Amino acid sequence: MKLFEYEAKDIIRKYGVETPKGVVVKEGDDVKKAIQDAGLVPPLAVKAQVLVAGRGKAGGIKLVNSVDEAVTVSQQLFKTPIKGIKPSILLIEQAIKHDVELYAGIVLDRSERKPLVLVSKYGGMDLEEVAKEHPEAIIKYYVDPYKGLKSYEARSLGKQLGLSGRQLSSFESFLQALYNAFMDYDAELAESNPLALLPDKVLPLDLRIIIDDNSLFRHSEYAVTEKERLGELTEREIAAREKDLAYVELDGDVGVISNGAGLTMATMDLVYEFGMRPANFLDVGGGAEAEHIKDAVEFVTSDPKVKKVFINIFGGITRADEVARGIVMALEELGNKAKPLVVRLTGTNEEQGRDILKKVGITPYSDPLEALQALKNL
Amino acid sequence: MGILVDENTKVIVQGITGKEGSFHTKLMLEYGTKVVAGVTPGKGGTTVYGVPVYDTAQDAVKEHPDANTSIIFVPAKTAADAVFEAIDAGLKTVVVITEHIPIHDAMAFVNYAKEKGVTVIGPNCPGIITPGKTKVGIMPASVFSPGPVGIMSRSGTLTYEVSYFLTKAGLGQSTVIGVGGDPITGLTFPEVVQLFEKDPQTKVMVMVGEIGGDAEERVAMMVKEGKIKKPIVAFVAGRTAPEGKRMGHAGAIIMFGTGAYKDKVATMKSAGIRVAITTYEIPKLVKEALEEA
Repeated sequence: MKLFEYEAKDIIRKYGVETPKGVVVKEGDDVKKAIQDAGLVPPLAVKAQVLVAGRGKAGGIKLVNSVDEAVTVSQQLFKTPIKGIKPSILLIEQAIKHDVELYAGIVLDRSERKPLVLVSKYGGMDLEEVAKEHPEAIIKYYVDPYKGLKSYEARSLGKQLGLSGRQLSSFESFLQALYNAFMDYDAELAESNPLALLPDKVLPLDLRIIIDDNSLFRHSEYAVTEKERLGELTEREIAAREKDLAYVELDGDVGVISNGAGLTMATMDLVYEFGMRPANFLDVGGGAEAEHIKDAVEFVTSDPKVKKVFINIFGGITRADEVARGIVMALEELGNKAKPLVVRLTGTNEEQGRDILKKVGITPYSDPLEALQALKNL
Repeated sequence: MGILVDENTKVIVQGITGKEGSFHTKLMLEYGTKVVAGVTPGKGGTTVYGVPVYDTAQDAVKEHPDANTSIIFVPAKTAADAVFEAIDAGLKTVVVITEHIPIHDAMAFVNYAKEKGVTVIGPNCPGIITPGKTKVGIMPASVFSPGPVGIMSRSGTLTYEVSYFLTKAGLGQSTVIGVGGDPITGLTFPEVVQLFEKDPQTKVMVMVGEIGGDAEERVAMMVKEGKIKKPIVAFVAGRTAPEGKRMGHAGAIIMFGTGAYKDKVATMKSAGIRVAITTYEIPKLVKEALEEA
């Protein structure tokens, strides 16, 4: 789960890190009063809180020179979609004069299975761009998760960026705080870009934290605001989340339902290979019960783009009889709204599953290629 | 032969009394797997399909000192604890079936296992099978047959699909291992290829990858460096997946410019790895590789 910038900054302040003075405003708030109460003095930065990449370039951050201008710009921003998403929250901050921007981030490295600290003196631009243009300028450091990031390690990284004196000690404290927040909040990513370099300290102008979805039960305070975060999703994708379906909308006309991300992707690839186009990716996951399958079939069928549906299930922890029951339930519920359907069903409890489907006149395939040919001939 | 598990594997099932734990204990027993004990806190003294249940892994190992492998069905919130328990009880291979384990928990137990010399398979994996000998996992037994092909995969169901096509084509398997679809797993492809390289039964390897991560690229590097000499056939799921979207589970996301389909395929091809465009091309490429081997 991606946190908003203001939430990430709330977190990092708990670790003693200074952030630019600011205030959070929502639509309908008295912006002028909020700015005055917070004691902010122009120039200010008005920042849309939207979870899309490239927010600044897309017009989501505005610099203003007076409180009145901040009010006008805020009203505009609330009405302006940033990459399709209208912000419902703004963060208004003291603008910080600075010349140099750094990058500092932490990710989990899948090959070393350790936290990986990345720092660079090329802040303010996409790390991916830096990696292309100045690969040597990204300094990488693996942290022993049992030991944690010690101050000498953070200091050494700061020295490699050319810092010294008070800038160095400020960077050292910042990086340790970022690491500790990364660990405490089960983050997949914690980064500041840009991290402004001021004469006597570093200051995170932007801050991003992504919490691992699987650990949200330990961070339930962020689960309640989930709806506000669905920035990058389409309406159907949001509806799918409410039904707990792993769904991605695509632009074809064949509804695809499968189990396991790999098999679902491979099924999409095969649909293309047979000259058709998938309307979606829908992975029912492992061990899906009949009710979940029913939801999936109904959901895919309800997509107006979808002309036919392909269900490709290979039972393992998922049981074919549960899947068959779910399909039958969905067809009963859909009645004449049902769309042409081809089922490939094999694996655990295959025989029971086939019997259930045959009773309602569906003959499932064991072989995926035969099933796809039948789908194509529909 | 085969790798990591064989007829001498003695299994403890952690979470044996749960729905999945008991069901798959039954299927493993039917396959001939030597399941010697189960663990569920508070259910010590009972049995599941004749397998004695203990309150702790330590108790189970004390009563069954020949146990060497654990399979874990414990729910995600407490699964990490069960892995530490298995490692501390002295088991040498731990198969973690559980989905949705927090990544930081996985990072902690994977590093701990490494320190203790324990092999972790998973999490979020189908397990491991050496056809005709033993199955420590949840895969449907019917699609596997013994033979010369070593399979490693990041996806559960796709492993079954590939094995189905190979078995149908008369190409049996030495060992089939699902390393798991999460960003952090115990075994990864670079370690598995080294095990297959040393296994006399394995003549050809099949690597079933996905978009995201760099495991396939690292294997390609090992081939280029001459560390791996046996032929490899690869398939990468997600050729038609949109970039930047999370496809089902955390593993399959393209991040920081690594893991895109075309880059993966190009890197593998440049190392001489045969790449199948679809799953059903795999048997043909495996046959070619076998003739060459």
